[in-house]
Amino acid sequence: MATELAPQLQVPEVPVSTPHPVSKSAERVWSSMWPKLGAVLLTVVVWQLVVWSEWRPQSALPGPWPVLERLAADLGRLDFYAGMGLTLRRAAFGYAIAAGVAVVVAILIARIELVRRSVGSLLVGLQSMPSIAWFPLAVLLLEKNEGAITFVVLMGAAPAIAAGLLSGIDQVHPQLIRVGRAMGADGLRLYRHVILPAALPAFVGGLKQGWAFAWRSLMSAELLIAATSPASIGQQLQSARNLNDAQQLLAIMIVIFVIGIAIDSLFGSLDRLVRRRWGLLGNES
Amino acid sequence: MLALSEKHALSVERLSVSFAHGDQLLLALYGATFEVKRGEFVCVVGASGSGKTTLLNVLAGLDRPSAGRAHVHGRVALIFQESALLPWLTAAGNVELALELRGVKASVRQRLAHELLGRVHMAGFEKRRPHELSGGMKQRVALARALAQDADVLLMDEPFGALDAISRDLLHEELERIWKESRLTILFVTHNAREAVRLGDRVMVFTSRPGRVGHEVHVDLPRPRSLDSPELAVIAGRITDRLKHEMTNGH
Repeated sequence: MATELAPQLQVPEVPVSTPHPVSKSAERVWSSMWPKLGAVLLTVVVWQLVVWSEWRPQSALPGPWPVLERLAADLGRLDFYAGMGLTLRRAAFGYAIAAGVAVVVAILIARIELVRRSVGSLLVGLQSMPSIAWFPLAVLLLEKNEGAITFVVLMGAAPAIAAGLLSGIDQVHPQLIRVGRAMGADGLRLYRHVILPAALPAFVGGLKQGWAFAWRSLMSAELLIAATSPASIGQQLQSARNLNDAQQLLAIMIVIFVIGIAIDSLFGSLDRLVRRRWGLLGNES
Repeated sequence: MLALSEKHALSVERLSVSFAHGDQLLLALYGATFEVKRGEFVCVVGASGSGKTTLLNVLAGLDRPSAGRAHVHGRVALIFQESALLPWLTAAGNVELALELRGVKASVRQRLAHELLGRVHMAGFEKRRPHELSGGMKQRVALARALAQDADVLLMDEPFGALDAISRDLLHEELERIWKESRLTILFVTHNAREAVRLGDRVMVFTSRPGRVGHEVHVDLPRPRSLDSPELAVIAGRITDRLKHEMTNGH
């Protein structure tokens, strides 16, 4: 999408100071896009230079062009989308469970002092533990690949989400709580109408970080499981390695990268939307 | 209803409130005793540390008395110094939440909120969020929200302290008008003696820590009063002298 837009945006004669809204917003898009496009371009150039240096044979490190051709061919195959769909379904399922568990755990930690002192301190440890380390145990316990994958995604994402929400709850301005109580909100209603909305910006931050962990955990897990049909993204990566198919390998890496970034930027937009509504962004138009 | 509650909106008897401060006990209020009649507008002035905010918190049920009792006959609403609107809700949303927490049906909340905002001259600002409003406008919304609680008693904690002189003047008029229309009882805390005389039927001067009613002034000036009138200045001057006396005595 971005690469399609770029040539049009590069069209000159966009006056710097026109008040015209269309060219203004085009300018804004361009000014936020060009550093990213530049970084991509630089990566491709360095990549090509390394290939030209013949440090490695083309079979191990193909150039950008054959990889892009391979990617285009992959994107024309139906089973490729089936695999991508499988991976995204796993991600969504595990992430949704993680978010649900994290909300309950965070509220329990915030509400009950004993839970804070016990589970709360574990939360930090869990966050620093690579969730893929749970995988062998999960396979043994659950005796099912899907269950184990969900478990690993859950263990990857939930601590980050819970930590985000918990810090949001802990940092709610005491004045807002007084306001809520003075209006007659107590217990659950205080949570629903005051504390949780006040904690939302921090929660969204936690969700964003949780997504990054979920995606990493999922990719690790998919590399480890036995083949299924359709082949998930992680499995396709693994089988490309087994077949010494470097083009396919790099093409799939690009897909993993783009999906990760696309979803991350969705969370970024959500984050900005919430902050603007909450009046946390300095000034706005 | 009891004859007592017909006559009095607030009764405070030998109220003491203390807080743990490090390893010592801090006495915010000690033996405060007073009553406020239904429909009365009473101002409380006192230096900082005279337990004024504590008094309002106890009356609003946010803090507990350590000894004595504080009783409110009817529903209370509290208005804070800093506009304490919920920043994620629009002006109308803030008022609607107060209605919702009071148990008003969803179908009429929007219309009621619109009416209440109209009463404080905020019609047309329903969709604005707090950070898009000036300090005075926020306090108007806070007033509408307090009215939405359908309170009998309005407790106000230095509500106009952070406003510029003109906004404050306008809000004095607004508050006086609403007080008359809705026959509310108002307990208004301020550290500004002129503001107290401008608004109150009665001004209670609180002593410095621990706080209790040290002195009381009945204001008989006709309404509406002007902040700049010489009669008002004379009474306010006497109150200020009292306050200074309290502060030098306390230390």
